[in-house]
Amino acid sequence: MRTYILSSGLAAWVAAAPAAALAQDPSTAPEPGADFIQTLFVFMLATFIGMGVISRVSRLLHTPLMSLTNAISAIAVVGSIVITGLDHPSYITLLGAIALFASMTNLVSGFLITDRMLKMFKPRKGGK
Amino acid sequence: MRLALIQIAYLLATALFVFALHWMNDPRTARRGVISGVVAMFMAVAGTMIEPGIIHWGWIALALVLGFAAGVPLSRVPLTAVPQRTALSHAFGGLAAGLVGTAEYYLWLQQSVEKLTAFRTTAIIAEIILGYLTFTGSLMAAGKLQEIRWIPQRPVTYPLQNASNLSLLGIAIVCGIALIFHPVALAFLFPVIIALALAFGILFVIPIGGADMPTVISLLNSYAGLSAVAMGFVLDNKLLVTAGALDGSSGLILSIIMCRAMNRSFTNVLFGAFGQVQAKASSAESKTVKSETPEGAAQMMEQSSLVVVIPGYGMAVAQAQHRVRELYDQLTKRGVDVRFAIHPVAGRMPGHMNVLLAEAEIPYDKLVEMDDINHDMPQADVALVIGANDVVNPAARHDPSSPIFGMPIIDADKARICYAIKRTMNPGFAGIENELYYAPQTFMLFGDAKAIVGDLVKSLSDHGNTH
Repeated sequence: MRTYILSSGLAAWVAAAPAAALAQDPSTAPEPGADFIQTLFVFMLATFIGMGVISRVSRLLHTPLMSLTNAISAIAVVGSIVITGLDHPSYITLLGAIALFASMTNLVSGFLITDRMLKMFKPRKGGK
Repeated sequence: MRLALIQIAYLLATALFVFALHWMNDPRTARRGVISGVVAMFMAVAGTMIEPGIIHWGWIALALVLGFAAGVPLSRVPLTAVPQRTALSHAFGGLAAGLVGTAEYYLWLQQSVEKLTAFRTTAIIAEIILGYLTFTGSLMAAGKLQEIRWIPQRPVTYPLQNASNLSLLGIAIVCGIALIFHPVALAFLFPVIIALALAFGILFVIPIGGADMPTVISLLNSYAGLSAVAMGFVLDNKLLVTAGALDGSSGLILSIIMCRAMNRSFTNVLFGAFGQVQAKASSAESKTVKSETPEGAAQMMEQSSLVVVIPGYGMAVAQAQHRVRELYDQLTKRGVDVRFAIHPVAGRMPGHMNVLLAEAEIPYDKLVEMDDINHDMPQADVALVIGANDVVNPAARHDPSSPIFGMPIIDADKARICYAIKRTMNPGFAGIENELYYAPQTFMLFGDAKAIVGDLVKSLSDHGNTH
């Protein structure tokens, strides 16, 4: 089981590395669609890894799992920062800032509430 | 160099996200998962901050501070309100995706039309449709869960509902395809698509009732993740794609588990409008219900060796979990084995009951999944049903005419004696008669769940003191 996870993680690693290399040097991406195909590969592999990892999550923890994935999908902060920060017309900056606010809210509340819930899950009391 | 650094930060963040989810497979390692997730997010944000060309630091700081200020109180809601909070969080995720897609489209439309390739426009269309429908759909779901007055709790249905809803979505997709071919000439279609997606989100959640909320929340979770994926395609950012895909697959798996636990298909949940099919019911035969006093029930439980508690949404509504914990203490003290049978769809979101019972400090090894506890039900002396209804209805096993026929249930009827705590004999949410209540070994304890469990605890402790 462990090896499966490690190897699937490695697969995404291997897939992401050339993509990262490509992103640095635009001249190596001759066709406009090439980047998208690369990204599709990453998407597909990440979905498979997600399926594998999630299906082994303890059923006890499905509520914290959902709030943790909420927090992870707050990765939209990355996109929102780019939109907000770059030199764009002000209405674009405003849209970006609202998006950044929304995803930052998810990020903070998602991690905090997940930890708050997980703290409550205790096995039988050792003492007493 | 800087770009390479950003990519390496993203790469590590991706790996840490996978580990965060991996550690959730056991409550003992789960908190490590949160730490790993936080570190990953920190690296991702730090990596993005060193992106060249960022100048509007004031705006970024303002949004981050406000988001932080709004996020902290949202993480401190009572645990019974976690389903609403989760739905609200999906709404925010969808909104962020929708806004970023909108911003990118208009930016490229005005500054660099050549960037609106067919691929990118497709990704933008997917992002805004998914994002905006998740936004309004999740807001509706949160409103229903919070029981806001002007949002109907019961499923709202009208003629040709599915046909008109689907045609709305269909029109949005057709507009989107047209826009892919003519991203500039047909720019006026863009707001039309946004409006259609917003409307579809509202209309597709309106016909869905409380019992189906676990599935719908999971599905919206998946959509929120997929809209982040689409954002990744638009911005050509692999981290967004991988993190979004993890979220999307999590939502998908949870929805599949929820559907399976109700023996229903996706289409049935989304287009079935539960709760209106079975108006007639079999009221012809006069059935009798026996009731019992809390004292009598307490006495019986005291003499049992195995008591199985079956909690449902009613326990959450009555906030009875802390009283249940006292009952657990009283019985355990007397050497009674108390276990909790958790149906996957009990409550309003996946895992809802587990969190409430964990909050009341009931050890998690006493929370048993449906399939495992059913094995032990024939050995149970007492099954105590607290605010659960459809998930213990034996009709699901043998009555093909029942709307819940085929749904896996917890076999409360196989215990030697079954006590069911219920306010009145009104049928539950789905309006289905529960034949468990009429079974010869079943006794009703009428009243509020919190009060009744309190009475059980009281008579147990009184009894204990007289010895």
